[in-house]
Amino acid sequence: MTAEPGRALREPGPPPNDGSAPAIRLDGLRFDFRVGGRRTEVIEGLDLEIAPRSIVALVGPNGCGKSTLLRVIAGLLPARAGTVEVEGRPVTGPDSRVGLVFQESRLLPWRSAFANVAFPLEVAGRDRDARERRVTDLLGLVGLRDWSRARPAELSGGMRQRVAIARALALEPAVLLMDEPFSALDSLTRERFNVELLRLWDRIGATIVVVTHSIAEAVFLADRVVVLSPRPARLVADVVVELPRPRRPGDLDAATVTRTAAEIRAHLEGATDDAFAVAAGDVPAHPQPDEAIP
Amino acid sequence: MIRRDRVVPPLLAFGVFLAGWQLLVIVANYPTFILPGPLVVGQKFVAAWVDGTMEPHVATTLAEIGFGFFGGALAGMLTGYVLARSSLANRVASPYLVAAQAVPILALAPLMALWFGSGLLAHALIVALIVFFPVAVSTVVAVHGVDRRLLEMARSYRVTRRQRLWMVELPAALPGILGGLRIGVTLAVVGAIVAEWTGGDTGLGVLINLARGSLFDIPLLFATLLTIALIGVALYSIVLLVERRYAIPAA
Repeated sequence: MTAEPGRALREPGPPPNDGSAPAIRLDGLRFDFRVGGRRTEVIEGLDLEIAPRSIVALVGPNGCGKSTLLRVIAGLLPARAGTVEVEGRPVTGPDSRVGLVFQESRLLPWRSAFANVAFPLEVAGRDRDARERRVTDLLGLVGLRDWSRARPAELSGGMRQRVAIARALALEPAVLLMDEPFSALDSLTRERFNVELLRLWDRIGATIVVVTHSIAEAVFLADRVVVLSPRPARLVADVVVELPRPRRPGDLDAATVTRTAAEIRAHLEGATDDAFAVAAGDVPAHPQPDEAIP
Repeated sequence: MIRRDRVVPPLLAFGVFLAGWQLLVIVANYPTFILPGPLVVGQKFVAAWVDGTMEPHVATTLAEIGFGFFGGALAGMLTGYVLARSSLANRVASPYLVAAQAVPILALAPLMALWFGSGLLAHALIVALIVFFPVAVSTVVAVHGVDRRLLEMARSYRVTRRQRLWMVELPAALPGILGGLRIGVTLAVVGAIVAEWTGGDTGLGVLINLARGSLFDIPLLFATLLTIALIGVALYSIVLLVERRYAIPAA
């Protein structure tokens, strides 16, 4: 995600709607799944508003329903009750206004990096010229222009995740949802990717919701850190990060960051006993599935 | 570039095999109608091709294999996909499939001859039958094995059923399906010979019957076997080449 000066993929200016609606609005959102006749409550009456072009981090203990929440927002899972709105309009199914980056890159192994990024454009029926222009832009945006012909097997884990991000941005979503996107990377690479993600965000002007297990990562990236309880997920705390942008890795040592991180940690510990073990470590880094998806 | 260390050992082994065969014939002094030597068989093989004895039979057998294989493979892939994606179809149809497969093709061949005669249609049908099952089974397994995470990814971009099939499922399942085709193509040769055995005017199976019967030309019998083996190896290699070219396994 090297910053290339000049070409923003989306011009700064008012968002596609009239600007008054939040980028994401959850209203009384509930979700459960049934296994063998037993109902398990996963999300229990969640209300949340996320301002356009902000970054919100979701933290919570393992299996609390963060990944499920992202899938409900993305329209991949239907809400049991309540509503999800993106830019003021309800989400009723998979939606091009929402881009989703998974924990694993989920690239099609038989397609080149180029063709993987082109996948959503092909599905949407864009013509070849439009696809080529868009994919070239996107690969440049994530710093992989020279790797467009490489197959996923020939790319490093970090490069694969960049391709996945480029793919998620292909249809110019207003909202980018990221499910522990860098959890499989080593801690140094991860730090660098977070810096690059902020730079990318600066240029595309999308709203980002990122699930993470790392409090430091959450504080570094986000304007707001939303702390969720163990399953069923409820909102425990909504912590505003008072750290000016642009942010640099050195900012992690700032007093504000330490204070904010301590506050989040306290909320997490208050919410669950074992949350500390899960969330206090800076680098949980084990790519573990958040919870079973029915 | 042909790598020497990949070509030399198999050639050497083949040479040893031929030498052993010739030696056995010389030492045991078998008459030609029991076991002809490789030299005699080789001469007959060349002669049968040159004088045009072999060609019409090979043409018939290849046609049966061609139609039968494509028909059977196509039907097998379609059935396999439907069975993999519909548990209802799977429950209803699977027992019949297994039962049909449990009946040896040798037992079905006379029935086919009774119903459809002993022409290209009947023989191609027998080939199709024998090809069908391994292709259907490998397709079911391959489609079941498609990474659900890739399917979810595709769903997040609102793929239609058709797009999902052509852009995700088929390429993801291709290595497994091609494995089934590889088994199928060798079985196709077996099917064609068995089919011709039950009747027909031309075909390598017919030629075998002629060679050991009215012609009583045992070297010709062996030359025919050699031709059948070569066809099998050639077809197998073609599928293998397609596999190398198009099947990209998951990283």
